[in-house]
Amino acid sequence: MVAFKYTITDEVGIHARPAGLLVKAAKEQAATVTIKTAKGSADARKLMAIMALGVKQGDEVTVEVEGENEEQAAKDMQAFFEANL
Amino acid sequence: MEKYTGKKVFNGVAIGPILFYSKEQDQVVRRHVEDVQAELARYEAAKETAIEQLQELYEKAVQEVGEVNAQIFEVHSMLLEDDDYNDSISNMITTQEINAEYAVAMTGDHFAEMFANMDDEYFQARSADIKDISDRVVSILTGRGNSGELGDTPVIIVAEDLAPSETVKMDKSKLLAFVTHLGSTNSHTAILARTMGIPALIGIDIRKEWNGKMAIVDGKEGILFVDPDETTILEYQKRKAEEEERDRLYQTLKGKESVTQSGQKVHLYANIGNVSDLATVLMNDAEGIGLFRSEFLYLESQDYPSEEEQFQVYKRVAETMAGKKVIIRTLDIGADKQVDYFGLDKEDNPALGYRAIRICLTRPEIFRTQLRALFRASAFGNIAIMYPMITAVEEVRQIKEISAAVKQELMDAGVPVGEVEEGIMIETPAAAIISDQLAKEVDFFSIGTNDLTQYTLAIDRQNPKLDTFYRPHHEAILRLIRMVAKNAHEAGIWAGICGELGADMELTETFLEMGIDELSVSPACVLPIRKIIRDAK
Repeated sequence: MVAFKYTITDEVGIHARPAGLLVKAAKEQAATVTIKTAKGSADARKLMAIMALGVKQGDEVTVEVEGENEEQAAKDMQAFFEANL
Repeated sequence: MEKYTGKKVFNGVAIGPILFYSKEQDQVVRRHVEDVQAELARYEAAKETAIEQLQELYEKAVQEVGEVNAQIFEVHSMLLEDDDYNDSISNMITTQEINAEYAVAMTGDHFAEMFANMDDEYFQARSADIKDISDRVVSILTGRGNSGELGDTPVIIVAEDLAPSETVKMDKSKLLAFVTHLGSTNSHTAILARTMGIPALIGIDIRKEWNGKMAIVDGKEGILFVDPDETTILEYQKRKAEEEERDRLYQTLKGKESVTQSGQKVHLYANIGNVSDLATVLMNDAEGIGLFRSEFLYLESQDYPSEEEQFQVYKRVAETMAGKKVIIRTLDIGADKQVDYFGLDKEDNPALGYRAIRICLTRPEIFRTQLRALFRASAFGNIAIMYPMITAVEEVRQIKEISAAVKQELMDAGVPVGEVEEGIMIETPAAAIISDQLAKEVDFFSIGTNDLTQYTLAIDRQNPKLDTFYRPHHEAILRLIRMVAKNAHEAGIWAGICGELGADMELTETFLEMGIDELSVSPACVLPIRKIIRDAK
């Protein structure tokens, strides 16, 4: 398993549009991507579960990547977070 | 043939089939099903249809409002494919042996409730998205046409009531007329009907059984015929042809100046509420846009529209009008125009409440985003900015301070900014009375007669019972307008009218005599008013 931490900079947090993009990005990976916050965790392929975490600007999330090609997948996800969230 | 009488909203005749438009969210019935597999397949098929509809909506939205705004429809499709959502539905169908629409409605309610209970306003508002997608699937399953999309045949929409956002969503080329039970002739939806030039009636006791029947709407007399007989149809076809003939006459006024026989020139502009109205503005040869209601950007969005989204829209309007004046009013949310994500409290007196410039001045981040977009777009055409709901000189000074700072910030960053006139709406009695002082602060006045009348006569324009007391030609209103025009001219600025009264043909000559410099009317009224101006001495 590979994990990284990321602090959300987007003004409204992981809101509908970026959550949608996140799901798309996670579905492209063969590995499982899990988002963990103080409130709980969610599979990054599940849009409602991610939105239900209610992640706001300034919140720190931990992103765990596990499975096939996880090193590269984690790098891709990190790039995604930096670009979109 | 049945005949009903209602209150008139917009003249004109429409002949066509009725589409009964209804939300009916709470009427999903729980049924026991024998064949669970067939029910699951029904759900899958409905879901696929919903996703196709969303894909079409997405493509339409990309054309009309741009990629960023359109993404919400893509998110809706993804929500529909969400594993937890689908697991819940199939689980309910399988274990409880119930019908798909009930399972979808229940699941939608559960997830919507989960979001509604979150402690963040933004995420609370997402429960509306879950409801929206669930309603879409339920309506496909039950075969009800309630998603706001009309079929290929133009129809007369019959509904209990219509919200402004619902009216905006409809494809105008498929819309012959509106008939509603509720609503007032001065409600926002009624104003939209007039803007779109669509015959409309309210106060009619509507029936669901009318769905699919032929009907005639006589907007001039306020009559609805359901199942009209042959003679009546022929008579109205003749009237419709006459109207079209008159319209053709108006067309000959295109390209002509709006000037009286004695040479008094009036700027005849159009009011619009959406980018899609630009076509009718150009078609009716308006000399500019006197009121561009920017609210639609906020009403049609699921979240605060970004600076870039707004900039693209303003730029497009400025470019399309090609150097003609485009007066954009900053957001006028509140009162009868509510937006979930603004998180506004329910108010006892919304018309006297937290709305328009009052929101902008207390939540300057929203205001600044809009102003930045407006000033950036000003480099692409002739944009003027107009501020609504002004009551005091101090407010205007505060606004000018913010707008000057925004403008400076852009110029410091090397962003091109055009010459922008800044004016205010005169729509409160207070503003009219101190218009001599306000005139020294701004470049122009535009009189918003709808609110000015509501506030001066103390008449709630949402209350249909008061329609008989709503006297738009009240001497008090006319005196205020005269006073505003006089004070504007003394200070060397111009004064126009952008409210409904501006299109009141009985008053056009009175306004000319007052020296009103500009009239901004719904696009459909431009040519008829031009005729009156050109015929006037």
